[in-house]
Amino acid sequence: MKESAVLNNQKVQTSIFTDEHVMFRDSLRKFLEKEAVPFFDQWEADRIIPRSFWEKMGEKGFICPWVSEEYGGLGTDFAFSAILGEELARVGAGLTGIGTHSNIIVPYIASFGTEEQKRKYLPGCVSGEIITAIAMTEPGAGSDLASIRTTAIKDGDHYVINGQKTFITNGIHSDLIIVACKTDPKASPPHKGVSLLLVERDTLGFSRGRKLNKVGMHSQDTAELIFENARVPVSNLLGEEGKGFSYLMTKLQQERLIASLNALVAAEDMLQLTIQYVKEREAFGRSISKFQNTQFKIAEMATEVQIGRTFVNDLIAKHINSEDIVTQVSMAKWWITDMAKRVATECMQLHGGYGYMEEYKIARRYRDIPVTSIFAGSNEIMKVIISKQLGL
Amino acid sequence: MDFNLSSDLVEMKKSIRDFVDNTVDPVADQIEREDKIPDHIMKMSKEIGLFGLSIPEKYGGLGIDMVGKCGIYEEIGRTSNGFTTVIGAHTGIGSVGIVEMGNEEQKRKYLPGMASGDLIGAFALTEPSAGSNAVALKTRAVRKGDKYILNGSKHYITNGPIADIFTVMAVTDPSKGAKGITSFIVEKGSKGLIIGKTEEKMGLRGSHSSEIFFEDCEVPVENVLGVEGLGYVNALKILANGRAGLAARNLGSCQKLYELSVKYAHEREQFGKPIFEQQVIQHYLAEIALDVETLRSVTYRVAWMVDQGINVIKEAAMAKLLGSEIYNRIADKAVQIHGGIGYIKEYPIERYYRDARITKIYEGTSEIQKNIIAAQIHKEYLKTVPTVHA
Repeated sequence: MKESAVLNNQKVQTSIFTDEHVMFRDSLRKFLEKEAVPFFDQWEADRIIPRSFWEKMGEKGFICPWVSEEYGGLGTDFAFSAILGEELARVGAGLTGIGTHSNIIVPYIASFGTEEQKRKYLPGCVSGEIITAIAMTEPGAGSDLASIRTTAIKDGDHYVINGQKTFITNGIHSDLIIVACKTDPKASPPHKGVSLLLVERDTLGFSRGRKLNKVGMHSQDTAELIFENARVPVSNLLGEEGKGFSYLMTKLQQERLIASLNALVAAEDMLQLTIQYVKEREAFGRSISKFQNTQFKIAEMATEVQIGRTFVNDLIAKHINSEDIVTQVSMAKWWITDMAKRVATECMQLHGGYGYMEEYKIARRYRDIPVTSIFAGSNEIMKVIISKQLGL
Repeated sequence: MDFNLSSDLVEMKKSIRDFVDNTVDPVADQIEREDKIPDHIMKMSKEIGLFGLSIPEKYGGLGIDMVGKCGIYEEIGRTSNGFTTVIGAHTGIGSVGIVEMGNEEQKRKYLPGMASGDLIGAFALTEPSAGSNAVALKTRAVRKGDKYILNGSKHYITNGPIADIFTVMAVTDPSKGAKGITSFIVEKGSKGLIIGKTEEKMGLRGSHSSEIFFEDCEVPVENVLGVEGLGYVNALKILANGRAGLAARNLGSCQKLYELSVKYAHEREQFGKPIFEQQVIQHYLAEIALDVETLRSVTYRVAWMVDQGINVIKEAAMAKLLGSEIYNRIADKAVQIHGGIGYIKEYPIERYYRDARITKIYEGTSEIQKNIIAAQIHKEYLKTVPTVHA
């Protein structure tokens, strides 16, 4: 089929993907077709994904495959993580929580955790029995991360945490939460007072606020977290005190690359849905695919999607080689999420009234997409980074 | 040129804004949650005459001109678009057909009840395979003695579940294409009229759309609206009339988003200062303000032209197109200015974002508006060249 040029991109990327990668993708896709796709609408309605699904994913070795074998993983490279993110995003943005756990949060433990912390947590993170979250954002601190107000003050062999976090992915399910806190609220500059602490589910003084009701990504549980004199042992410090901010910065490259990839997959899926729809839908006595307006809109979108795919695949290859691609990833994050929003708008428009009805998948995709230009560093922040990198 | 609104209209706008901002808006969240306009809001809206917005005074309506209607639509556009749509679909496409095309008897029979809001109107044109292309209608109406027998189905009918009076387009002569369509007034409770399931939409909660089925539905011949065979022309007229009003409703929503965004940008602090001090945020707000003023100018100019009796087919299509495009642009920028909180339901921004999207689709998609504009451009051109080229 001709549509392969835009829609089967991952298959032509032989330069990144080996036979092993292709096999991993095939078995993951088959698994998701059977275990996720038929239930996904229900999960969206329930506003949560059952834990049993996490465990099934874990049993098959799909969660955190990159974790080294001594902690229960498969020791795979980043291409596997990219495939995982991509295939989850293909089913629906609501599955992002699993990708976030696997590709964004657990890597902090592997990179900065002590041997003891790794032994304690990583095997469960791989099996799907431990679900993680990372808590950075607060009501008063979004893009301006250094201004967080949650404090963790040492008291003997414990830290006492006080504060509130919001918009936390996996907020309801999470068993283990990496909390960004100020261990030194008076530090100057303020970001040097930030540390990361591991907080377990049953910690006294830790509670969950409301499950937040969002425009989209309904099956992905997002919540507020509340810390009122929550005591955690000093051994739960992740890495060194005062280094939290720099740890976060080092991991954001991967997070933003994954965010770009997810938005790209959404754009590819919307385009595919729409190509199918315009061929079937008739108006004025012919298929609407025969109108030049339809053809040009789709030609434009296919072009943008292709540019995005080429860019992202290039960045995946560079990221596997551990290159510093902060500038390019910031570029990809804002451009691709903006592009995906444009694609959502045009694809809904080509669906006409049907597109506004929830029974059509394009409606869900349309609701899921706008947060991509906000999360993982808003697109405005991406432009701040790019301009700084350009010496402005 | 006088850009001032009459003092009567200024007063009326003020009192309606007071009702919208202080009575309706505080329950907008409840409307979202319950997907229902509270009874007391419906009752008060009826009492202050909102349901009779398009109906002449002699039939119990407000009897105001197009500028006046747009002034009021702008105010009710400020809050829950579900609320706005329940009223807008009734006062717009739901009742304008009878006002414009009805005979005296029909007007006396239906309009007073519609003006008071005791009878709710709906407009039934769209079918599963006939959206933008209204000529592809399949619903048939066959005359049998002093009745027409209707068979077929409609969908996405706004106010369908609560309507008492439907303006229905059906094919009376399939051999004549667009000229074989007739409009009918169909009352709720007519034999063979079945209201289908309420459709689940992305936005406009509180306003309900449904399928409608006609199964040997009987409609008396006196319920033909206007002339047999002119149903398609009627539908176009009804839709054209609604376009300036739609632009005005969008204008109200845009104005509200502008106000909320300006306020939030001044209150929200990041990096030690209000985000308003970031140049990009200032520029977003400047763009929003520019869009709002552009839309305001275009909307009221078209309304003024309608009141002067000037043909506004092209300008009304432009206003509808511009209003929906601007509303979507502003809603997107407002979400971006609000950041994460703009994506969360406890804050009103996301509601406008979801509600905005349908405005580019309903009552003639943006593409159809461009077709209309282009057709007028072509007509204007033909007038300038010798007939031999025409």
